[in-house]
Amino acid sequence: MIEVIDAERCTECDICVRVCPTNVFDAVPGGIPVIARHSDCQTCFQCEAWCPADAIFVSPSRTPEPAGSPLRDAAHLAENDLLGLYRERIGWRRGRDTTAPTSPPPSGDDYHRWATPPANDPLTSTTTTTSSRSTP
Amino acid sequence: MPSRPVVARAPHPRVVRDDPDDLVLDADVLVIGGGPAGTWAAIAATEAGARVVVADKGYCGTSGVAATAGVGHWLVPPEPQIRDEEISVREAQGGYLSDRAWLQDILDEAWYRTELIPGWGYRPAAAPVRNPLAPVGRRSFAGTAPDYLRFLRGRTKRGGATILDHSPALELLIDDDGRVSGATGYQRQLGRTWTVLAGAVVVATGGTTWKSHSLGSDVDTGEGTLMAVEAGAHLSSMEFSNFYGMVPLGTSMDKNGFFIAASYWDHEGKPIEYRNLHSSRAELLAASTRGTISAQFTQFPVAAQPTVRAAMPNFFMVTDKLGIDPFREPFPIDWVQEGTVRGTGGVHVLDRDSWTGVDGLYAAGDAAARDRVVGAATGAGGPNLAWAIASGTWAGRAASRDAGRTGRPQRRQVHGAGERGLRTRDTHAGEPQWEQVQAAVQAEMHPIEKAAFRSDESLRTSGTSLERLWEQPRLLVPEQPSGLQAIRTREVAGMLATARWVIETARSRTETRGMHTRTDYPETDPAQSYRLLTGGLDSIWVEVDDELPVIGRAHEREHSLAVAR
Repeated sequence: MIEVIDAERCTECDICVRVCPTNVFDAVPGGIPVIARHSDCQTCFQCEAWCPADAIFVSPSRTPEPAGSPLRDAAHLAENDLLGLYRERIGWRRGRDTTAPTSPPPSGDDYHRWATPPANDPLTSTTTTTSSRSTP
Repeated sequence: MPSRPVVARAPHPRVVRDDPDDLVLDADVLVIGGGPAGTWAAIAATEAGARVVVADKGYCGTSGVAATAGVGHWLVPPEPQIRDEEISVREAQGGYLSDRAWLQDILDEAWYRTELIPGWGYRPAAAPVRNPLAPVGRRSFAGTAPDYLRFLRGRTKRGGATILDHSPALELLIDDDGRVSGATGYQRQLGRTWTVLAGAVVVATGGTTWKSHSLGSDVDTGEGTLMAVEAGAHLSSMEFSNFYGMVPLGTSMDKNGFFIAASYWDHEGKPIEYRNLHSSRAELLAASTRGTISAQFTQFPVAAQPTVRAAMPNFFMVTDKLGIDPFREPFPIDWVQEGTVRGTGGVHVLDRDSWTGVDGLYAAGDAAARDRVVGAATGAGGPNLAWAIASGTWAGRAASRDAGRTGRPQRRQVHGAGERGLRTRDTHAGEPQWEQVQAAVQAEMHPIEKAAFRSDESLRTSGTSLERLWEQPRLLVPEQPSGLQAIRTREVAGMLATARWVIETARSRTETRGMHTRTDYPETDPAQSYRLLTGGLDSIWVEVDDELPVIGRAHEREHSLAVAR
């Protein structure tokens, strides 16, 4: 769920208010948007992708981060370059050098089109495939 | 600078009223839902010169399950042998309920429509990297989902369509002859009602996951399906509505193609025998009911890992935030219900116009059944996106033709067709209680123990709970039939209605097939190689579809042998 709008980076453009599909934010005249309906956040990362200031962090968790979590700490997130990470990964960060992988997810969300490297195709293989280690 | 490609622009819808508390537009075609199916429908309708409105519950371009996913459409060139090979694999996975004749047309439409995209000026932000695992030498369509959906939004607008964002539809409008003639809803960021009078309507509102928080799915709450049924449409394959997506524990990230190449351990660290995600699903799900299971992407050589990471930026963004290296260490996973989104059930369309059988009403994308595409298996991303393009294009074209034949709707009398979640038949005040009802519906539809593993007993118990909710017509009635509260009550009415159709249909299929696992009927029954149709509101009916699946000749032989035995 969305955890942080970094007040230092936010430019008050209100793009997040417009693009959030579940209407989580409210615009505030003369101020940065507020997370008005946190429980409506569906953890889809769209606000993080669209924020032009890299001011937003969406935690991967479907439930709120507990108090004291580093993923609620703007300073920690900025230090580790986690604010706007999704925007970087899809190639939407502008004016910054990035070596992060940015490429198309081809059939990436499709269970059935993926094949493993040709040596061992799980769609056709009937053997059990576990790694050499027996315990996690 | 190359000039921007020119696309023909259809005339804009006419603004009848634009007041602070009310917006009224007059259009030829109204599309409800602005994901891939809705935008492709709108594009097709504007290509035909229709005046089009797209009403999206959220923001057209970010709304829905496709927006954060991949753009891996199932694209198969129109070459008989390749088609046969690809369809054969899926036919078996889908329990032989699909339809080859439809599939040929769907794959054709997806193939030729995606071919147009570069010429329309689609420029992904990052240079596309070829999927190393994709078939060699075949045209593929690349880019990230945010790029694609943002592009579709722009293309829809350039075609002349008017987009209403944050404008959930609440009910369809019907004229005195029963023809669907538009819809009304509420613009939640502007605080005003909206009405679009239209010659024809396309419902492209997605499936539902009963708000499981699977990636992007909470906007898909089933009220579009409810609206279609209220207008007289019926449904198909609603029992195939219980696919679960694997996610890193506690997250929403169900876009996870690489789980197909993972190894698995149970909560005690014992390896779980794994063949593939179809045949091993039940084992993995069952193991999860005993404790948290773990996965690791063990089958990728180190040299391939950067490409694999690049191929799924959304998934690895999540593991990076969590500090997990899925190639090197087992990580805990759980599941999110994907309902009729990755299931195949939805509104039954009758023909290649994606017509629902109701005058003026068309359905596209996940709102429509995808059983002819993938049968009892999940459509996942690829087939569902191919279907979104095909059904959207068909619906948009047909709706624009249809609208041209009718009189202008504003000259006719129209009335709202919605009931549950909006108003009661009597005059008593209602009790909204949407949060309580939502929780009660989720309690039946989300747990793996109930929804993944079904039995007559569990279905009967769930059915009774849901029926008890439906039999209280004052529940889910908002204080006003339009407004923020009405959006909530109508959403939950959509979830409740869909849950009832699912349970009733699942009771009728007394076998295990595809994702429909019956613990009391663990075998597939060759005599049930048919699809089930479902309909009705207060009283639900389920019957066998007399349109039989169309499968390949090799499979037909196996099938008739099985029946003979």
